[in-house]
Amino acid sequence: MRYDVIIIGGGPAGLSAACAAWEAGCRSICVVERDRHLGGILNQCIHNGFGLHYFKEELTGPEYAERFIHMLRQTQADVRLDAMVLQATPEREVHLISPARGYEVLQGKAVILAMGCRERTRGALSIPGTRPAGVFTAGAAQRYLNLEGQMVGRRVVILGSGDIGLIMARRMTLEGAKVLACMEAMPHPGGLTRNIVQCLHDFHIPLYLSHTIVEIRGRTRVEQVTAAAVDQDRSPIPGTEMVFDCDTVLLSVGLIPENELSLQAGIEIDPRTNGPVVYENMETSIPGIFACGNVLHVHDLVDFVTAEAAQAGAEAAAYTASTETAAPLAVHAGHLVRYTVPQRLRAGRLKDGAVLSFRVSALCGKCRIQVHGSTGSLLASFPRERLAPGEMERIRLPKSILSGEGESITVSVEEDAAI
Amino acid sequence: MTEIICITCPRGCRLLAGASNGGVTVTGNRCPRGEAYGRSELLHPVRTVTSTAAIQGASISRLPVKTDRPIPKEQIFACMALIHTLRVQAPIAAGSILYENILGSGANLVAARTVEKAALPLQ
Amino acid sequence: MYDVTVIGCGVVGAAIAYELSKRKLRVLVLERENDVAMGTTKANSAIIHAGYDPEPGTLMARLNVEGCGEMERLCRQLSVEYRRIGSLVLAFDGRDMKTLERLYQNGVANGVEGLRILSAGEVRAMEPAVSEAVCGALYAPSCGIVDPWGLCIALAETAVRNGVELRLNSKVERIETMAAHYAVHTSAGVFESAYLVNCAGVHAHEISAMTGAQEWETAPTRGEYYLLDKNCGGLVKHVIFQCPSAAGKGVLVSPTVHGNLLAGPNAASVSDPDDHAVTAAGLAEIAAAGRKSVPSIDLRQSIRNFSGVRATTSEEDFIVRPSRHSPHMLHAAGIKSPGLSAAPALARYAVEQLGAMGLPLPEKETWQGGRTQLRFRQLSQQEKAALAARDPKYGRVICRCETITEGEILDALRSPIPPCSIDGVKRRTGAGMGRCQGGFCGPRVMEILSRELGRDPVSIPQDGDGTNPLTPWNQGGLANEV
Repeated sequence: MRYDVIIIGGGPAGLSAACAAWEAGCRSICVVERDRHLGGILNQCIHNGFGLHYFKEELTGPEYAERFIHMLRQTQADVRLDAMVLQATPEREVHLISPARGYEVLQGKAVILAMGCRERTRGALSIPGTRPAGVFTAGAAQRYLNLEGQMVGRRVVILGSGDIGLIMARRMTLEGAKVLACMEAMPHPGGLTRNIVQCLHDFHIPLYLSHTIVEIRGRTRVEQVTAAAVDQDRSPIPGTEMVFDCDTVLLSVGLIPENELSLQAGIEIDPRTNGPVVYENMETSIPGIFACGNVLHVHDLVDFVTAEAAQAGAEAAAYTASTETAAPLAVHAGHLVRYTVPQRLRAGRLKDGAVLSFRVSALCGKCRIQVHGSTGSLLASFPRERLAPGEMERIRLPKSILSGEGESITVSVEEDAAI
Repeated sequence: MTEIICITCPRGCRLLAGASNGGVTVTGNRCPRGEAYGRSELLHPVRTVTSTAAIQGASISRLPVKTDRPIPKEQIFACMALIHTLRVQAPIAAGSILYENILGSGANLVAARTVEKAALPLQ
Repeated sequence: MYDVTVIGCGVVGAAIAYELSKRKLRVLVLERENDVAMGTTKANSAIIHAGYDPEPGTLMARLNVEGCGEMERLCRQLSVEYRRIGSLVLAFDGRDMKTLERLYQNGVANGVEGLRILSAGEVRAMEPAVSEAVCGALYAPSCGIVDPWGLCIALAETAVRNGVELRLNSKVERIETMAAHYAVHTSAGVFESAYLVNCAGVHAHEISAMTGAQEWETAPTRGEYYLLDKNCGGLVKHVIFQCPSAAGKGVLVSPTVHGNLLAGPNAASVSDPDDHAVTAAGLAEIAAAGRKSVPSIDLRQSIRNFSGVRATTSEEDFIVRPSRHSPHMLHAAGIKSPGLSAAPALARYAVEQLGAMGLPLPEKETWQGGRTQLRFRQLSQQEKAALAARDPKYGRVICRCETITEGEILDALRSPIPPCSIDGVKRRTGAGMGRCQGGFCGPRVMEILSRELGRDPVSIPQDGDGTNPLTPWNQGGLANEV
């Protein structure tokens, strides 16, 4: 089978990319989804708060997904459900397998990677102790509870203050569990402030910043965890231990782009985002293969995933063999900036400008986001009241400032006190 | 004055709300929704409740549900108890009212996902 | 009345059951856990040692070299994953070089083939990632890596297919010595048997005590490990050892048959033989030792830490001999490293011992030794396509990290020893072994187990008895009851 655009993943990114590709005039689209339903992780995110930017109203995850599923149904895009992609080649062949259609090889003119992300596990943290049942990643617990109606525990300690962990603190509480504490190793919360308030404060769940779990105990099921304060290097401080009797530990300690297929295809990966390096049009280092959403870099708002994926979808629809000859402009992450996406810009290809997404590496008060050219000249400055590592920031650079800017630009953050 | 973190949107503005001259003043907000939130949070806090209900005849076992507007905070657990008693039959359209005027709050409990009747339902 | 009862179904018990299944005997295997391979067998270095470590002349030396020699053929017959990749023992100074010389002489005396002492240059040519401080190494080409629980399961399944009876969840509590047989009291009933074989691993001394007296002291030794992501699996191509010390063979860095990288173990004595904790200090020790061998090892790529307890005893050698107090009981105890390597040879030796103890060993004409296991991810594109076309269950991938299909999980559930836990499925199929550690497939595997076994998901354990991930609803909820 041949398609103009093949989209791997039918979650928020894949759905938005497909709709945008159709909108841009592409009439040969296939969305491949491994689950039996479209919508991806949104189906288990039953809480509200989605869509404020995109739909200007507050929706739950399933409602947000349903709007896009409905839009996709208005198109003639093909959808493969219950289908796992085994391989995507640099030649844009997509190998997939499903119970309904067996092994298929689809050939795309363009391929969009929209596989989302996965959760960091206990193994990645090397938490000492025994290995009893009752230690879950927050997302796995969320799936059990929200999709399968199964309870995962009664007395809960949460490690990490990522949004899913916070949401699960409230969710478990509503279902009758006692959430004893939430531990965050960093000095600042990992998730959105509103979630700290409505998920922890509302239910009087203590948040311990600069704390971590140093031991998990229990022979068959979790029986106890020990937590302790950590120093600046995140090493536990002796003498600060606290013991909690609990039967469940939820881990909300970070998300990692699901880059198995990206790596297999030989796509260049950015070690900071763990996702592909992309150009201004969301194209990866392999021509015709695009990436968007959490497989590219982890977002905290689905609205931004939608926007980014819509761009990728439109660009993939417009994609004909790469004709770009001019050397791209590298986007460097400067002071207080952990990474940027895209990492490379081809100014000649920009229509009206480029949106840069990035995260800061530390909490900043009143500050300016500054963009400098390779000669050191200040190209643009964006004032901000506050920037937090847990919240992705976006700026729009007009095309005019990017033409003739040599080899690179640098995005940095200067706190006002320091300017 | 009470410091309140606005939860209306992901910005998380820090509001100061207080009673003055028989009215309520809110500062620190960056939009009208923030002011409304600050006022309500000071006088009578409300929250939207989201959960899931049992569903039969579908290819999934849980139906996501929500209150179609925020309900008083102190009614959250009573609302959960009502949701636990619900038994929904597929098919159901998103937005369908499952429970009217829940606990006299004026909010309805509605389905938050459209679920078809399955040829081979679970259970 | 059974002719022989094997107590414990780790790799040693399974191998002995496998050997006994070739004879016309009524054989029973008792296992206290809900699955086989639940003790030391599921938490070790997964190495088939070449056999240069044991003292020449010991039982350990003989059985190690013999076992290593036949492992490739046995694993092929049983469809167990095995790769002969060779090992290097690194030397960092002159004293280490002397140790290499001693190991080399040991190996030659033990009959290990192909041993060679390599120069620093040769070592780095073979393994560019090893430390520049290395001044030489002992190369043993016959060393291999294996799927240890896979070997145990395959041996036990073959035994069961050939008539051996396996009873899980049957903990031996008391042994009564009758006139001409034993009455074995377990948590699941009493069984009578003419002969007993004690393969209870770290608990073997307790079984020994039930029939007479303690014949040896056990000092359980715990070893902790790091298992790293598959993207590190190619860091080294051989098993990389350091020079052994009194504490054991030391920390190794090795690829696994599943494509990961393993680093460990340390050696800490523990009072509780079932203490499988990992400690911050232990992990730090392994990290330091691992970096000494392979400086670029990236422990942030860890996907799992685990520990296993070895049955270190007061006797240096393996204890494979009739009980001194109970003439129809054979011990196969104190099987520490290289027990996995020695297991097939040890089992044959144990059966010979039973013969010498008076057990008649008539051959079974109908014995069938072959076993096949389908592994979707190892098939060619054409084979995958043909398989999925034949049976759609092989077209549904359940574990995305390891590409394990529903068909393979159903195969496991229809095998002679069907798993009852999520980890039981993992050990048989590989589902949940990858970088997300079952975060994605765990709930899906539970759904399949629940459906196929006709059991409530709440009753499905993660691994051993009582390790259920789900808890019953505890409030007015009863939310799922329709």
